Amino acid sequence: MAMDAAQIEQLIKEALPDAEVRIEDLRGDGDHYAAYVRSPAFAGKSRVQQHQMVYAALKGRMGGELHALALQTSAP
Amino acid sequence: MTENAVFERIKEEIAANPVVLYMKGTPVFPQCGFSSMAVQVLSHLGVKFKGVDVLADPAIRQGIKEFANWPTIPQLYIKGEFVGGADIIREMYQSGELEGLLHEKGIAHSHHH
Repeated sequence: MAMDAAQIEQLIKEALPDAEVRIEDLRGDGDHYAAYVRSPAFAGKSRVQQHQMVYAALKGRMGGELHALALQTSAP
Repeated sequence: MTENAVFERIKEEIAANPVVLYMKGTPVFPQCGFSSMAVQVLSHLGVKFKGVDVLADPAIRQGIKEFANWPTIPQLYIKGEFVGGADIIREMYQSGELEGLLHEKGIAHSHHH
């Protein structure tokens, strides 16, 4: 079960409306993605907390139907 | 096994060993690319660590995700604290932060910077 990039982006933006999100399909197989997420909401948060916020946005799909999402987060 | 018992086992493991990597497979035979990368980083830094194979223990495989509120494996713990998963391990390694953290926590490693 794969997810498409637009769906990943939409879920992240629903939870983090201020975020700039860029998704790359690393292998063109709809299964291995990289996500770059930049959001003011990350300010003052640890990397672990920033990633947890993105995983929460994905509502349990990470590690399930979304097998591989290399994540890079930052605050502006 | 109840969730509490699993959490207790995890707490004991990360208290007893300064560096613990929950991973798929063993350090010698990793069963997943992300776990393999984490092993390579720790090996390259010359860190002694305890590898815990979550594939050998379904209760730990599920429990560790709930313990750290983190959906994926591998997971790295240093001195009982959750440091991160594959992306964070790689990012901290490349920036030199991981080596700094090891140094700060007084964990023996080889020097690269």
